[in-house]
Amino acid sequence: MSFYGLVDGSDASLKNYLGSLSGVDHVGADARAAMLATRSIKTTSKRWAIDIAISMVDLTTLEGADTPGKVQALCTKAVRPDPTDSSVPSVGAVCVYNDMVAVARKHLDLIGGAHVGVAAVSTAFPSGRASMPVKLQDTRDALDAGASEIDMVIDRGAFLSGDYIGVFNEIVQIRELCGTRAHLKVIFETGELVTYDNVRKASFLAMAAGADFIKTSTGKVAPAATAPVILVMLEAVRDFYQMTQARIGVKPAGGIRNTKDAIKQLVLVNEVAGPEWLTPSLFRIGASALLNDLLMQRMKLDDGYYASPAYVTID
Amino acid sequence: MESPVSFDYAPAPESRAIVSIKPKYGHFIGGKFVAGSKHFPTINPATEEVLSQIALAGKAEVDAAVKAARKAYTTTWSKMSGRERGKYLFRIARIMQERAREFAVLETLDNGKPIRESRDVDIPLAAAHFFYHAGWADKLEFAGLGTSTKPHGVAGQIIPWNFPLLMLSWKIAPALAAGNTVVLKPAESTSLTALLFAEVCQQAELPAGVVNIVTGDGSTGALIVNHPGIDKIAFTGSTEVGKIIARAVAPTPKSVTLELGGKAANIIFEDAAIDEAIEGIVNGIFFNQGHVCCAGSRLILQENIAEEVLEKLKKRMAQIRLGDPMDKNTDLGAINSKEQLLKIRELSASGDAEGAQRWSAPCDLPTKGFWFAPTIFTGVTQSHRIAREEIFGPVLSVLTFRTPQEGIDKANNTPFGLSAGVWSEKGSRILWASQQLRAGVVWANTFNKFDPASPFGGYKESGWGREGGRHGLSAYLKGVSHE
Repeated sequence: MSFYGLVDGSDASLKNYLGSLSGVDHVGADARAAMLATRSIKTTSKRWAIDIAISMVDLTTLEGADTPGKVQALCTKAVRPDPTDSSVPSVGAVCVYNDMVAVARKHLDLIGGAHVGVAAVSTAFPSGRASMPVKLQDTRDALDAGASEIDMVIDRGAFLSGDYIGVFNEIVQIRELCGTRAHLKVIFETGELVTYDNVRKASFLAMAAGADFIKTSTGKVAPAATAPVILVMLEAVRDFYQMTQARIGVKPAGGIRNTKDAIKQLVLVNEVAGPEWLTPSLFRIGASALLNDLLMQRMKLDDGYYASPAYVTID
Repeated sequence: MESPVSFDYAPAPESRAIVSIKPKYGHFIGGKFVAGSKHFPTINPATEEVLSQIALAGKAEVDAAVKAARKAYTTTWSKMSGRERGKYLFRIARIMQERAREFAVLETLDNGKPIRESRDVDIPLAAAHFFYHAGWADKLEFAGLGTSTKPHGVAGQIIPWNFPLLMLSWKIAPALAAGNTVVLKPAESTSLTALLFAEVCQQAELPAGVVNIVTGDGSTGALIVNHPGIDKIAFTGSTEVGKIIARAVAPTPKSVTLELGGKAANIIFEDAAIDEAIEGIVNGIFFNQGHVCCAGSRLILQENIAEEVLEKLKKRMAQIRLGDPMDKNTDLGAINSKEQLLKIRELSASGDAEGAQRWSAPCDLPTKGFWFAPTIFTGVTQSHRIAREEIFGPVLSVLTFRTPQEGIDKANNTPFGLSAGVWSEKGSRILWASQQLRAGVVWANTFNKFDPASPFGGYKESGWGREGGRHGLSAYLKGVSHE
């Protein structure tokens, strides 16, 4: 693999590449994110934002209690989020554990949802604590079951101990396995990396290793997708595009529950990475409860009042 | 509802219904609004709409205001305990917070600054100044300024148009906390929030005459400066006027503080956090349309990162949203006056003429009102006028340096010394640079941050004295001995 010509796969070249990154000032990044959160998105632009946000949702269920019935219901919701309004777009993908991939793919195809992807969380999600052969087999299973997107976790322990080449090689191997069969999203678990410097470093590491998307969190650790973390990742994909002409996607996940938060993220995308990133192929939002709030806000724009939650389906 | 095809933010205007502007105003003297004799218009610089008629104070009005202030000082304010004075200041601060939206809307209409800035910066900071100084009123003996300090008496205060209410609070809050009474003159083009503040004084039942507000132009200011009944002068404005005031009061017993111009250096070292530095550059020069005495108007950039930084800066500048100051998404509002716009144009033209390269962000300027696109000049040298003179507008001069010492030398090579910014991820470099810089405020990895507890003021031609903190308080006391 060429790694965009940025590294040659050696430890030294990776250290050199990561060492060339400028730091992130914590206070400044927080302030910039807070300023952009004051943008006021109303009327026509709110309507546009809600619809594109719906199309960017990776509708997620990642519970020990998931069953085929639950996953099938989620798939139905993913294809037709509002059964009473066909102008509501489908979501980007459903996101499930590996063993539910086949169920999801089959059901989506059955109900006319071939255009909705199936994302599988992989590589010993959420902790990433398993041997590499197990992680590879985990991913292979998901691909064989029909996953079109692989959401892998990085080994945070390796990252925090400075074993960047170890993290890099894991991503490279999963990337090779995915080949052209699936998009690769790399989850950092930013709540465990903690510093913005680490988030920036992990972003550039994953992008050079071949990630199609970089993703904040598993949804199992708090804090997850905070606005400054998304800001830092959006700056990283913007700068990486300058370096390589390759556009890498960003996926915040975890704790995004309402329309206001989703719209704030779209503002970040618009003003940090640029409007080119305002497409489901470059920005996804990993969420479950968010979708219904988007639907209720959409109804409110049409009807002028907030409907009861009874008018949106629970799944 | 028709949906747009891209994420163009729909207009999100703040409502002006919350303010009621009278067609004509008088002065606030002795706790009452008194009619003026002559008037001049005040306009909204974003639309050129005439908002109201402002009274022009002459000798009679200034005399009356000084007399009212003296009477209030002698009979009431100087006799009151610090705790009682503090109660009034707390009350004023709370009312300012309660009426914050009203103040913000009025400030934006009269000044042209974006509602986001008046709402999030000007008004909250103005209230914070009153809260902070309210706390000092009964603790003056413990401020480390000596135990036998006394107020001056009557303070004459003249403030500028760039932060009308905030500059008012920088002046009035410490004066009152220290036990002085005041005669304040707002700037000619931005009197409305000062007159609303006068209403707040009435609402807070502040004793009559403690705060007097007379409106007018430079002639009114001169009457205040030269008035024999005034004990202390505090002025914020241009260095040119500051020099006139310094000469005028030199043969008198008046105390003076002056907060004047600046040409601040924002120094970016090669090891800076670049994205945050870009924000700091933008905030340093484009905040409040560059109408900021401490604006980071000289970008002093390490040459080996200049190309990368300038490329990113231009991209960022292209995103600045210029337009209707009442729109909540506006980043850059209107230039405050036609006169100021002409000055900005004239100095910018000198940049072209002297060989610097101009780049302005592509944006449509409204047809009415006074506007100037965010602009940078590259290839600027120390000898260019735009590197030496204060432009007081959204115009940034970019200079480069090779070694840290050269950066500091260029930063200090100016008759001004109000503020400076240092950007580096290396702690030792920040400490070294801030010790070398001859500026009253040095910001590290940030810019244009204000806090009532932090003294603010300049070196050299940027002024005399400090405002804010214990240092600012001492300017309103006599008999100060620094312990």
